[in-house]
Amino acid sequence: MTALIREKEKNVAQAAYQPRIVGFLCNWCSYAGADKAGTAQIAYPANLQIIRVMCSGRVEPQFVLQAFKQGADGVLILACHPGDCHYKEGNLRAAQRHTLLLRVLEQLGIKRSRCRFDHVSAVEGEKFVRIIQEMVDELNNKKGE
Amino acid sequence: MADKPKLAMYWAASCGGCEIAVVNLHEKILDLDAAFDFFFCPCLLDTKISTIEALPDQEIAVTFFNGAIRTAENEEMARLLRRKSRLLIAFGTCATEGSIPGLANLSTREELLRTVYLDNPTIDNPEGILPLPSSEVAGGTLQLPVFYDRVLPLKQVVTVDYFIPGCPPEAHQIWNVVAAVAAGQPLPPPGSTLGAGQLSVCHECSRRKGEKKIARFYRTSEITPEPDICLLEQGLLCMGIATRDGCGAPCPQANMPCSGCYGPPAGVADQGAAMIAALGSILDPGDCRGKSEAEIAGQLAALLDTIPDYAGTFYKYSLAGSILGGRVKS
Ligand code: SF4
Repeated sequence: MTALIREKEKNVAQAAYQPRIVGFLCNWCSYAGADKAGTAQIAYPANLQIIRVMCSGRVEPQFVLQAFKQGADGVLILACHPGDCHYKEGNLRAAQRHTLLLRVLEQLGIKRSRCRFDHVSAVEGEKFVRIIQEMVDELNNKKGE
Repeated sequence: MADKPKLAMYWAASCGGCEIAVVNLHEKILDLDAAFDFFFCPCLLDTKISTIEALPDQEIAVTFFNGAIRTAENEEMARLLRRKSRLLIAFGTCATEGSIPGLANLSTREELLRTVYLDNPTIDNPEGILPLPSSEVAGGTLQLPVFYDRVLPLKQVVTVDYFIPGCPPEAHQIWNVVAAVAAGQPLPPPGSTLGAGQLSVCHECSRRKGEKKIARFYRTSEITPEPDICLLEQGLLCMGIATRDGCGAPCPQANMPCSGCYGPPAGVADQGAAMIAALGSILDPGDCRGKSEAEIAGQLAALLDTIPDYAGTFYKYSLAGSILGGRVKS
């Protein structure tokens, strides 16, 4: 009986776990992409807290660390595709910073899967939804490990 | 004697370099002695802790507290000196940011104890004895201060009035602060940094700065840098761009890249993050035209592979005081 109850409690605890993801979305492409998902009424997990920034290049590594410190399970940085940056190369810089940041995060005990960088254009509402779903799934799997 | 204001200096988790820096005041140390009753400094003087405990609260005019908080004893002394001092100054980067002792925060307490007492090749400890806060021996109970899980900067344990960064602080900057306090000059608002600038080491560095693009990193032993050009532009990982000025940039002027000992510049919460931001913008992974995203990522990875230790380089002096404070439990 107690084993059953424990099993049930475990299931409840697992069901209650919802990864919290902080998303930094660039104003010109990715935020518009998220909007596109909204206007097309595509359902997506409610795990993402979106912060709109003017450019992915504005996302200082400090912001990412602060998000993790305040309890984020994942941080997502979405940028324009290479060549599409409103400020020419902010997205390229953001990508390079992210690569370097991942290496430091690993030493600080934060796995790569918890900090993702990707490109979403203003028309890629579906891609936006797919990325969030993938990240939520991955974080859920990781939690079980 | 008794009418001179009292000056104390204490070391917690530190190396003793801060005391050497004070001695480096050379003949000015006589002026310091003329202005203050320099009565407590375990490295140089034989005053007992009981003497401090017997003082009325706030009796000490200024305490320079160097070293980070590693053990319960460090914290106990920080609290005692806070109570007895009118001005408690975090002196040196161990006290302000954790500095080199703070790098221990990349490992857990258990990993540290295991390495030091069990696993090191030179250890001979067949019974696997580890230090304990309290242990019974034939003659009675032996006590040791508790070894904390993490190294903490001083401000995380007590209220700190001012911060003097540097590993160690430069003697001329120490003197500036001592002279200002001795003369009763008005000090900046509590919580300010003294004896340092607001900007970055590049501001004081006389090397010529051009457009920065780094296509390859070098260790200091691999190249002899050009004497007048910014070291970072030559591929040496100079932390000057993410480090507070005030030292006078002696290292880059001696062909050695800045290693970051004055901690983050004013307004920067995390020195490592600032360095990642700066470096990320100037990396040059080579010609990317016509290459796939995977190929570009590979080129960038190859460039980054030449940096030997990311956290150890970017957070060499400021890990304990950084946003995450060290390795987190995943
Ligand atoms: S050598 Fe270092 S301190 Fe000097 S300008 Fe270059 S990065 Fe800055």
